[in-house]
Amino acid sequence: MASTEIARQAGEGVRGVPLAGHVGFDSMPDQLVNKSVNRGFCFNILCVGETGLGKSTLMDTLFNTKFEGEPTQHNQPGVTLKSYTYELQESNVRLKLTVVNTVGFGDQINKEDSYKSIVEFIDAQFEAYLQEELKIKRTLHSYHDTRIHACLYFIAPTGHSLKSLDLVTMKKLDSKVNIIPIIAKSDAISKSELAKFKIKITSELVSNGVQIYQFPTDDESVAEINSTMNSHLPFAVVGSTEEVKIGNKMVKARQYPWGTVQVENENHCDFVKLREMLIRVNMEDLREQTHTRHYELYRRCKLEEMGFKDTDPDSKPFSLQETYEAKRNEFMGELQKKEEEMRQMFVQRVKEKEAELKEAEKELHEKFDRLKKLHQDEKKKLEEKKKSLDDEVNIFKQKKTAAELLLNQAQQAGGSTTLKRDKERKN
Amino acid sequence: VLDLAAVPDTVVSPAVYGEKTGGPVLDFSYVGIDAILEQMRRKAMKQGFELNIMVVGQSGLGKSTLMNTLFKSKVSRKSVLATAQEKIPKTVEIKSISHDIEEKGVRMKLTVIDTPGFGDQINNENCWQPIMKFINDQYEAYLQEEININRKKRIPDSRVHCCIYFIPPTGHCLRPLDVEFMRRLSKVVNIVPVIAKADTLTLEERDFFKQKIREELRANGIDVYPQKEFDEDAEDRMINEKIREMIPFAVVGSDQEYQVNGRRLLGRKTKWGTIEVENIAHCEFAYLRDLLIRTHMQNIKDITSSIHYEMYRVRRLNENNTTVAHANGVPEHHLTAHEM
Repeated sequence: MASTEIARQAGEGVRGVPLAGHVGFDSMPDQLVNKSVNRGFCFNILCVGETGLGKSTLMDTLFNTKFEGEPTQHNQPGVTLKSYTYELQESNVRLKLTVVNTVGFGDQINKEDSYKSIVEFIDAQFEAYLQEELKIKRTLHSYHDTRIHACLYFIAPTGHSLKSLDLVTMKKLDSKVNIIPIIAKSDAISKSELAKFKIKITSELVSNGVQIYQFPTDDESVAEINSTMNSHLPFAVVGSTEEVKIGNKMVKARQYPWGTVQVENENHCDFVKLREMLIRVNMEDLREQTHTRHYELYRRCKLEEMGFKDTDPDSKPFSLQETYEAKRNEFMGELQKKEEEMRQMFVQRVKEKEAELKEAEKELHEKFDRLKKLHQDEKKKLEEKKKSLDDEVNIFKQKKTAAELLLNQAQQAGGSTTLKRDKERKN
Repeated sequence: VLDLAAVPDTVVSPAVYGEKTGGPVLDFSYVGIDAILEQMRRKAMKQGFELNIMVVGQSGLGKSTLMNTLFKSKVSRKSVLATAQEKIPKTVEIKSISHDIEEKGVRMKLTVIDTPGFGDQINNENCWQPIMKFINDQYEAYLQEEININRKKRIPDSRVHCCIYFIPPTGHCLRPLDVEFMRRLSKVVNIVPVIAKADTLTLEERDFFKQKIREELRANGIDVYPQKEFDEDAEDRMINEKIREMIPFAVVGSDQEYQVNGRRLLGRKTKWGTIEVENIAHCEFAYLRDLLIRTHMQNIKDITSSIHYEMYRVRRLNENNTTVAHANGVPEHHLTAHEM
């Protein structure tokens, strides 16, 4: 009988070994890329900014398409988030792009809670992913990832400094999403003002401890361009889907009486830089940071909040399921206890009410008795009165009878004389 | 259509095709979405890859040599035949050796897991057990790390991606040990069966043997890689059908180079000729190499992580569930038994 003995040879200090010929695993990156191409990609952008800063137009310009949606009114009661998903394709790459817009941001008189719906939305996407990840039967590879990979924060082109709403919102979002601040409608600012504005914004962000997304500089092939771009943040952009003829080409531009602002002219605005950074160079890094940093942070906090802890290595291995069951039982126990308490309270109340009612009944009886007595007394009095009245009537009757008798006697005496007289007459 | 609980209004517009005209610099109809492929490639190159291959088979079937031939370097040490006492192994050992190899900028951490002692005892009952345990232990380690609260950025992947099973070239049919092993292990890991030391079979014997093996695999319900049920689409199926018609590959391994027709080739020199390892007229090593390394490596890893590992995870999490439920007095009726 083969006994089980597992000998492990030290795998640490993994040695490098030279290859004597072409093996062929250099095709691995291609294999990986092919798999991803078959699956398609997902990218989700959140646009935060006041109404009227050109968020939708910028999205249209970035992705060369007319996304749906009407420009919103300014009278929204609160901040809501509207999300649209599109399928874009370029050569063999299929992209599921989701654009989320903050509707009504900055329009209210009291903006204290404006950031809340945004944070809730971002958290909801993390939660959905976490739920899927915790499921027993899960399909992570075909899950439509709705987590926000990039947040474009639109700063109003005032030329002075950041608004307090901007600072508060960005501070609340910087640990949840990659923030890329951009100056919207930057054709309203002159070049010199723009430089000052950018410096002011950057210093305000730093002094308030807002962590914006830094383009990664650890990979040599893109380190240089990324670090240059980092110094150009926030990007001053102009968006436009209208085309104007410049020279002999049609370019995207905004036409004014005093000149034409060309969107893709790097002297006019930073649109090209934004597109370069957001899409052509760092899209994958944005997705990765979202998954490995922001989502992990959310997951950690959420699980700790729910009471899970990492066990130490020498205790029994546990599973989330087990702890979940334990928690659930605990919860049910508490629920039962509460139920019992409520029942007790109910019984108590019933008793009290019963006592009250009994009390009332007693009172009522007493009152009744009292009234009855009163009534009897009255009756008695009345009877006495009646009696005395009767007595008086009797006396009166007697007197009357006596008087009548006397009268009768008197009359008889007189009557007999009358009779005599009458007799005399006759005779 | 995207349906987010938090937001009611969502719309999907039809696919918009942006053509890359490949013209001058200011090509405003080109967005640059396809640059993500290059970004992914860059990231993959930077991170490097991991591959864990297990070799299973009786001693003397050329397992280490085959590994060394596949990766053109000494990634596997041949078992040193020592003293007489040590010659008879009493156990099935699991020996795992890792090497860092690099080719054209692509770095890979290759781990070869050897199983000396398998099938070498007189009584080989349950000799697959330590192997099953090892494979499940790797899944367990990954699962533990995955459910940690503070988990590593990249969970180290020690899961066995592929298990090459060496069939001795008897020429007749599979032995009971082969059937038992493959039947059990094909449920938890990708099995690639190969006919070892195929230079002892003539082409006719080889074809006959292969056919017999395929029949027996089918009869026993053994699904070896590439498994039919995991073909993703018609194109995949077409490619994989061709492979399924050829397995098991009849291989010959060698780490010696010989001069053949003015070229230095890997081969085995005998008195009646030199067998060229990479010549497909001689043996099917090249097909095995292409399958494992050049075309299906990523697929093998994907099937391991999204199917075998997920199945293990489901079993494991359910098992905990029933354990707890049982403790609460719920009658047990669906306890999934571990195939051991």
